[in-house]
Amino acid sequence: MITTRESPLVRFLLGRADDALILGHRLSEWTGHAPILEEELALANMGLDLIGQARGLYDAAADAEACGHTQDDFAYLRDVQHWRNVLLVELPRGDFAFTMARQFLYAAAQEQVHAAAQQSPHAPLAALAAKAAKENAYHLRHSAEWLIRLGDGTDESHNRAQTALDRLWPYTGELFEADQITPDRAQWLAEIAPVIARATLTLPKDGWMQTGGRAGRHSEHLGHLLAEMQHIARSHPGATW
Amino acid sequence: MTTPDTQLWEVFIRSRSGLSHRHVGSVHAIDSTLALHAARDVYTRRGEGLSIWVVPSAAITASDPADKAMLFEPAESKIYRHPTFYDVPDEVGHM
Repeated sequence: MITTRESPLVRFLLGRADDALILGHRLSEWTGHAPILEEELALANMGLDLIGQARGLYDAAADAEACGHTQDDFAYLRDVQHWRNVLLVELPRGDFAFTMARQFLYAAAQEQVHAAAQQSPHAPLAALAAKAAKENAYHLRHSAEWLIRLGDGTDESHNRAQTALDRLWPYTGELFEADQITPDRAQWLAEIAPVIARATLTLPKDGWMQTGGRAGRHSEHLGHLLAEMQHIARSHPGATW
Repeated sequence: MTTPDTQLWEVFIRSRSGLSHRHVGSVHAIDSTLALHAARDVYTRRGEGLSIWVVPSAAITASDPADKAMLFEPAESKIYRHPTFYDVPDEVGHM
């Protein structure tokens, strides 16, 4: 177990890194289960992009924290209550519509974070954001194209896509909580609304929003994910291959 | 798992150093946009390409393998069609 020393910057970097790693892990869960081979690779590619982003952000967090922690320490040696990711990313992968809808909602918000981070005086963050912005742009386009086809597809795909949006919506509030970089919700809505309309889906109504992920109050799902992700590293401390 | 509505697309990629698109394989996709995405995700993961074409496999008319002898063997004996068949006089220099 490690104890992190979290300045506002460290906490921000860990939060974004945790978002990327947990969502990347969720995408990796499609390996062997995707509807077609092409989409399996697409999902794995996106997952690897996110895990790569997480690694860079953990390095930046380690530098800012200056406690000698490594990427692996952050990933494998923290318990649930020390994870700073939003609840949105830890929800189980669900069906294909749920995965694509989540990716779409997340990527649309990340677009703003990456744009702002590229202007950051924190040089490592700006460099990471420049790379991540290109990866994220593809995630956004790919998930948007799928959402349109699922929504405007068969009755079943439409219903699944709408159900996914409705279930995810209460988890989108956390993406816009005040932080070192805070995306603008109105701008996000303006970005996603036309896609949701083209998909013949209904934009969910704002209601009560979930919160707590950034403070370490997580759903029961994160514990199960961490158990799977961390158990090898904890069973064999310091193991390499 | 059945994928009833996915059609097959042939993928052509132009590499960094390549002048023309080369056939690299095929993907399943429900339309041309997602076929491009699939081609990107399947065939350019290691920096292979700078440009992608996708073509519905059904749009390609192929020669019949049974016609191989008729179509291609007659050319084998026409060695005079290769430029190396001809002696070029030294006076001509580099052509």
